[in-house]
Amino acid sequence: MLEQVLGAAVAVIVALLAAAAYFWGSNWLLDKVLATERPGMAPAVSVRRDMRRTAIRPWLFLLPALLFLSFYLVYPVFETVRLSLMNANSTRFVGLSNYVWAINDPTFRQSLLNNFLWLLIVPALSTAFGLVIAVLADRVWWGNIAKSLIFMPMAISFVGASVIWRFVYAYRGPDQEQIGVLNALVTGLGYPPQNWLTNIPWNSFLLMVILIWIQTGFAMVILSAALRGIPEETLEAARIDGANEVQIFFTIMIPQITGTLIVVWTTITITVLKVFDIVFAMTGGQFQTEVLANLMYSWMFRSGDFGRGSTIAVVILIAVLPIMIWNIRNASKEQGTR
Amino acid sequence: MATATPTATATVAAPTAESRSFFGRLKVGRLVANIALLLIVALWTFPTAGLLISSIRDADQLALSGWWTSLAPSTAQSAARLGSAESQAEEGGQYVITGDIFAGDGGMELQAFGTTARDPGQYAIGETVEMNQGGLLTVEPDGSYRWVSDTPFEFTRAPQIYYVAVSPPRFTLENYETVLQSNGVARSFINSLTVAIPATVIPILVAAFAAYALAWMSFPGRGVLIAIIVGLLVVPLQMSLIPILRIYNGVAGITGGQAQGYFGVWLAHTGFGLPLAIFLLRNYMVGLPREIMESARMDGANHFQIFTSMVLPLSFPALASFAIFQFLWVWNDLLVALIFLGSQDSQLVLTGRLVNLLGTRGNNWELLTAGAFVSIIVPLIVFFSLQRYFVRGLLAGSVKGG
Repeated sequence: MLEQVLGAAVAVIVALLAAAAYFWGSNWLLDKVLATERPGMAPAVSVRRDMRRTAIRPWLFLLPALLFLSFYLVYPVFETVRLSLMNANSTRFVGLSNYVWAINDPTFRQSLLNNFLWLLIVPALSTAFGLVIAVLADRVWWGNIAKSLIFMPMAISFVGASVIWRFVYAYRGPDQEQIGVLNALVTGLGYPPQNWLTNIPWNSFLLMVILIWIQTGFAMVILSAALRGIPEETLEAARIDGANEVQIFFTIMIPQITGTLIVVWTTITITVLKVFDIVFAMTGGQFQTEVLANLMYSWMFRSGDFGRGSTIAVVILIAVLPIMIWNIRNASKEQGTR
Repeated sequence: MATATPTATATVAAPTAESRSFFGRLKVGRLVANIALLLIVALWTFPTAGLLISSIRDADQLALSGWWTSLAPSTAQSAARLGSAESQAEEGGQYVITGDIFAGDGGMELQAFGTTARDPGQYAIGETVEMNQGGLLTVEPDGSYRWVSDTPFEFTRAPQIYYVAVSPPRFTLENYETVLQSNGVARSFINSLTVAIPATVIPILVAAFAAYALAWMSFPGRGVLIAIIVGLLVVPLQMSLIPILRIYNGVAGITGGQAQGYFGVWLAHTGFGLPLAIFLLRNYMVGLPREIMESARMDGANHFQIFTSMVLPLSFPALASFAIFQFLWVWNDLLVALIFLGSQDSQLVLTGRLVNLLGTRGNNWELLTAGAFVSIIVPLIVFFSLQRYFVRGLLAGSVKGG
C-alpha cells in the first residue's frame, strides 16, 4: 500500500518534470535551431526565421494537449461509430444490424423511454427549484448559509448520494419498524410500507429525485449570480410602478435571465444523458429503471458485446449533438465579437 | 362617472395599498421567504443528516428504530438463555440458579419478560413465574434473575427468556472501525487518493500551456480549435470507453503488462478533463490585461518567459477552480475507475467499494452509512474550504459556453 502511495507521488513529480522538460526544452530547441541573433546573419534571414518561430511556437504549446484530446476523445468518437457497425468482438462488418437490434429490443426501448422521462423531469425541476431558492436566499440574512447547504450535494459522488437516498427509501416488512424516512412517513399516515425500488413505475421517479437533489445546487448558484446581475434600478422602477414581488419575478427577472436559464437547462440535460452511477448503484437497471448509459455498460462488460455497446454510445452522442452544435455556435459568436 | 369613480377609489385605496405593500414587503414577504427557505433547506439536508447520525449509532439500535428517534431511548425485544442445570447452587435446602439476562451488557432496563417468543411482554417485572422446568423465577429491572426450586434442577437445555428492554441512546465509532478495517474501505481510500492526485495535476500541466496558446498567440486555425474544444466539452464519456479499452488491451498484449492500472487511469482522466481545463483556463487568461503582456514583450521576454513568470501566477484562481473540479470529479467517479482500474478487491476505489457494499451488505446500514461518510468526507472538506473557487469555476465554465 505504501508502495502505491509512493508510486502516485513519483507520478506527480515525474509529470511535473516531464512537462517542464518538454516545454522548456522544446522552446530552447526552437530558439536554438532558428536562432536570429547570430553574428553576420542577413536581416532577411533573421526576419524569416523569426516569423517561422512565431508560427511554430503555438503548436509546441498545444502539442501535448492535442495529443491527449485526439487520443482520448476525437479518435474514440470515430472508432465507436465504426465499432457500432461491427459484430460483438469487432471482427466482422455487420452494417446497421446493431441499430436494427436496438430498435427491436424491449430493454433498449425501455431505456430510451426512461431517458426521455429523465430529460423531461430532472432539468426542469432542478432549474425551477434552483431559481426559487436563489430568489428566496437573496431575501434573507442567512441566505449564504442556506445556499451552501443546498449546494453541498454537488460535492458528493453520485454513489454516495445513492447510499444516502437508498437509506431514505429503505424498506422492511409491514410488521417491523420502518427505518427509512419515506416508509416511516407512509406508515405514519396509515398506509402499508412500500418496497420503493421495485415499485414500478415510481422507482424511476425516485431515482430522478436523487439527481434533482444534486443538480438543484448547481442551478441555484448559476441563477443566483445571474439574478445579481439584474440592475437594481430596473427592479426599483417596477416596485415604484406598484408591481408586487410575484409580478416582478415573472415579468422582469425571468426575461432578464433567460439566457442563463437555457445554459443551466442544457448543462443539466447533458448530465442527465450521461447518468450512470445512480441507476447502477440503486437498481442496476432492474425493475424497468434501465437508462442508456447503464445499458451500454451492461452490454460492454457483462456481455462483452462491443458492437451493441458502441451502438448505444452512439445513440447517447446523437442525443447530445444538438446541444453540442448550439454550444459551438454560441462560442463562435462570442469569438466574433471579441 | 366613468372618469370620476376610479379617481375616487384611487385616493381612498392609496394609503391601504401602501401600508399593505409596506407590511407585505417587510413583514409577511420576509416571513414567507424565511419559512419557505427553511423548509427547503431542511428537506435538502435531512437525508445527509440521516447518513451522518446513523453512521455513529449503535448497530443494533440502528436496525430497530429510525435515525430521527436516535436521541430517545429505544425499546427492543430480545432473548437470553438462563443458566444451565450445572450452574445451580444449594442454598438452605433450596436449589438456585442466578445470573444476568443482559449478560453484563449494562445500561439497559428490563420492562417485561415472557417464556415464549410469541409474547415477550407476558409478565411484568417483579412477578414470580412458575417455570415448566420446575421452580419459580423472579427477574429484577437490571436484568438479574433468581430461579429457585425445592428440588434439584434436572433439565438438559436451559430455557430461553424473551424480554422487552429499554436501552439509552448509544453512539459509537465502532461502525467506522469495522468498515475501515474488515471491509476494505481504508484500502479503497488509499486507492482513491492514488487515482485522484496525479489525475488532477497532469491535466493542469498540459492544459495551462495550451490555454495560453489559445488565448495569447495568434496562429491559423485557432478559432476552429476553440470550437472543437467547446464541442468536446459535452462528448459523452461513453464514446471513449470501448476504443480506449481496446487500445489498452492491445498495448498490454504487446508489452505483456496489465491493461488495467493506475497509469492508464491517470492518463484517461487527463484526456477526459482536458476540454474543461483548457476552456476554463483560456477564458480566464483572455481576460488578463493586455498591457502587461505587451510591456513584457517590449522588454524582450518571449512567450515561454511571459507564460511561466506572469500568466501562470496571475491565473492562480482559475487553476485552483479547475483543480477543485477535477479532483472532485475524479474522486467521485465510478465509471472510469471501474473500467480502467478494474473491479478486483485490491483495486476498488471508494465509489466502487460502496457499490459493492450495497450489493453484499445492503441491509447493514451501520456499515453502509459509515462507508458512505468516509467516501464523502474528503469532497466535503474540499468543498467547504474552497467553495469560493468552486463557485467561480462553475460560473466561468457554464455561463460562458455551456
